[in-house]
Amino acid sequence: MFRASLRSPLISLRPSAATSLTASRVIAARFLTQQARTQIQNAIKSSPVVLFMKGTPDYPECGFSRATVQILDLHGVPADKMKTYNVLVDDELRQGIKEFSEWPTIPQLYVNGDFIGGCDIVLGMHQSGELQSLLVNNEVIPKPEEQVEAQAA
Amino acid sequence: MINLQDLEAAIRTAIPVSHLEIEDQSSGCGENYSIILVSEAFEGKNTLARHRFVNDLLKIQIAQMHAFSQKTFTPKQYQEFLAKKA
Repeated sequence: MFRASLRSPLISLRPSAATSLTASRVIAARFLTQQARTQIQNAIKSSPVVLFMKGTPDYPECGFSRATVQILDLHGVPADKMKTYNVLVDDELRQGIKEFSEWPTIPQLYVNGDFIGGCDIVLGMHQSGELQSLLVNNEVIPKPEEQVEAQAA
Repeated sequence: MINLQDLEAAIRTAIPVSHLEIEDQSSGCGENYSIILVSEAFEGKNTLARHRFVNDLLKIQIAQMHAFSQKTFTPKQYQEFLAKKA
């Protein structure tokens, strides 16, 4: 269903925001442009937790994206500390993020600007407990209560 | 479309494999694979590094798929995984 764009690593150049759609399709570069790179860098820093996904948390459009959102939800990641980008509405982002992260698939999770991984990794980290520690250490979620008490004592 | 044999060959020629399971989850279209890969080459690498390694190894194949999912173990971890499952 959403497979065609995987086959092309092309990133469309957008010299200015005003450029028409047609023009941006005609001018294409093989590598991530500086501008696209900067935009992605700003995006991954836009919130402590940033998820690039297919669809939105309310309407995920891919099982892997859905699973990742559910895991983050399970850990109680607050809405104000999480931002998601729907790559299906922005083809430049969809291709660009793969090159930027050097990761071939969506979803992609970033915490405080660091690439964590895709669905397999997030699921594995969830099962091993690493995800919780990561989120706690990055002050995304509070420490579990027993730990807080232990520290206070 | 990618067939299972190509995928297996690409993996086996690149790293020592002690166990490999490839599951075609695409119902025949060859666009959706899930693998379990056990190799000593993963020793000392964290999950992200392993997945990057496999992603790079299968770059051409993954680019032609809709979905690709992987589990990576060292031989020792795989024994533990099996023990836990049993």
